[in-house]
Amino acid sequence: MAEPLLQLRGLKKSFGALLATDNVSLTLRPGEIHALIGPNGAGKTTLIHQIAGTLQPDEGELRFAGQDITSLHMADRVQLGLARTFQVSSVLPEFSALRNVMLAVQARQGTSFRFFADVRRDARLTDAAAECLARAGLDGRAAVPAAELSHGERRRLEIAIALATGPRALLLDEPMAGLGPEGSKDLVVLLNALRSEVPMLLVEHDMDAVFALADRISVLVYGRVIATGTADEIRRHPEVRAAYLGDDA
Amino acid sequence: MARETVFNGLMILVLAAIPAAALLFEEPFYLTLATRLAILALAAVGLNVALGLGGLVSFGHAAFFGIGGYVAGILAVHAFNMEPLLPGLPGTKSMPVIWVVSMLLAALIALPMGAISLRTSGVYFIMITLAFAQMIYYFAISWPAYGGEDGLSFYVRNGFPGVNTLQPLPFLLVCYGLLAAALLFFWRLQHSPFGAALQAARQNDVRLAAVGIRPFKIRLTAFALSAAITGVAGALFADLNRFVSPSMLSWHLSGELIVLIILGGVGRLFGPVAGATVYVFLEYGLGGITERWQFFLGLILLGVVLFARGGIIGLFAGRPRHG
Repeated sequence: MAEPLLQLRGLKKSFGALLATDNVSLTLRPGEIHALIGPNGAGKTTLIHQIAGTLQPDEGELRFAGQDITSLHMADRVQLGLARTFQVSSVLPEFSALRNVMLAVQARQGTSFRFFADVRRDARLTDAAAECLARAGLDGRAAVPAAELSHGERRRLEIAIALATGPRALLLDEPMAGLGPEGSKDLVVLLNALRSEVPMLLVEHDMDAVFALADRISVLVYGRVIATGTADEIRRHPEVRAAYLGDDA
Repeated sequence: MARETVFNGLMILVLAAIPAAALLFEEPFYLTLATRLAILALAAVGLNVALGLGGLVSFGHAAFFGIGGYVAGILAVHAFNMEPLLPGLPGTKSMPVIWVVSMLLAALIALPMGAISLRTSGVYFIMITLAFAQMIYYFAISWPAYGGEDGLSFYVRNGFPGVNTLQPLPFLLVCYGLLAAALLFFWRLQHSPFGAALQAARQNDVRLAAVGIRPFKIRLTAFALSAAITGVAGALFADLNRFVSPSMLSWHLSGELIVLIILGGVGRLFGPVAGATVYVFLEYGLGGITERWQFFLGLILLGVVLFARGGIIGLFAGRPRHG
């Protein structure tokens, strides 16, 4: 079996008396899509925050590409190749879609402390950004300010930005949130096309999307992972059915 | 041509027209007015880097303005008295040297000040920058060696190679030259990778971190650059008056610089110039009629904040475009 790219070991996080992350251990292997599901309030977003670096775990260890990243700043994790998208789209509203992506490209190229070069005339920057936009299906919307993009387009822009950071793994926090059935289907196609290129840890409520995409699924309930397995194993798992999927799944 | 470009061209014409009018109507006072305008605009260009591009509402930029002023005053007095500043370190009457020292010292003080202030944001950032500036203000008041509360006079304006700075017009042109250099720098910065990161920090700092850039480093660098430009303006202001006093460090001045930028257009290239023009014209025009001219400035500011959030440039040229 391939060495895991991302490894969580015994992660714990509590807010007062609430244990939001209870001894979570997970892995993300090269080439896989690993979905994280669980009912509302199970602690999925808290877990994503700890992996991305917006929250510090109280206990446990995070390893990425063979390196301990537990206490690394969010920006430094991204520099190592651990990119994320947000549950609520987080873009630069005044910048055009293209310039949103260009910022990620310049971060990867390490040119953010250049004071005199003109980003608009830097073909290495604009071309790489345009390519990422095109992959996310936004090539026609490059010049539109992010504030004027539709909700669905902003979800795609998030993915284009994440791709532009040159990721070795993607954390996707409910990428389908707020999309209609059509939008969800399109996004499944997009993520499916990326699977060979970059492994993903996918937090998602949309079960159709999860079962269509995930190689493995972990189920989080009250901060604990109660099961990890393939889609079929999860569908059959009695505890999962009781806690989450209900009897009709 | 974009409307903002047209507006900027008009502003350049206004700046050129004032000295022309001064010569035409033999009103040398207009030259002083234009010099004051250019220096205030230059100081505000500095603040515009932090406030306009970075969204850092510094209420402490008087500190850097005053530091520049005291650098000019102290070096000039030492040069005049032929007393070394420190053993082996003489004073100087050379403007370029004074400018470099002003910029370096302002930036050097901005670094720890920013490093602490940038741990906060919003109202707390405003208050902590104010607190730092007030510390420096009270330090200047209670430091008798350079005049304390009374300030420090020097009798001859500092010099610039090849220019007779004692004459109002050449000195004005020196100030215009520095303002032009600062505007050029701001314009390049605005479109540079650093400028993109800085503007991203203003819009959404979590997004900036999520592409792999630490907002703190970007903001701190911007704060120091901003302080350096405002510092040079302070040195010129001291040279204009041949006098520097703690009032250059007072919070009134920090507030004035913010007002200039809001009047002109926050984050716009010529915003500080437009703001300073309105300010100086009001001060001169209304100040001749009533001592309470700032009441009318307040009314205009109120109007801008309520009805023209983009300032004068926003009114004329609409919202900024980021290609």
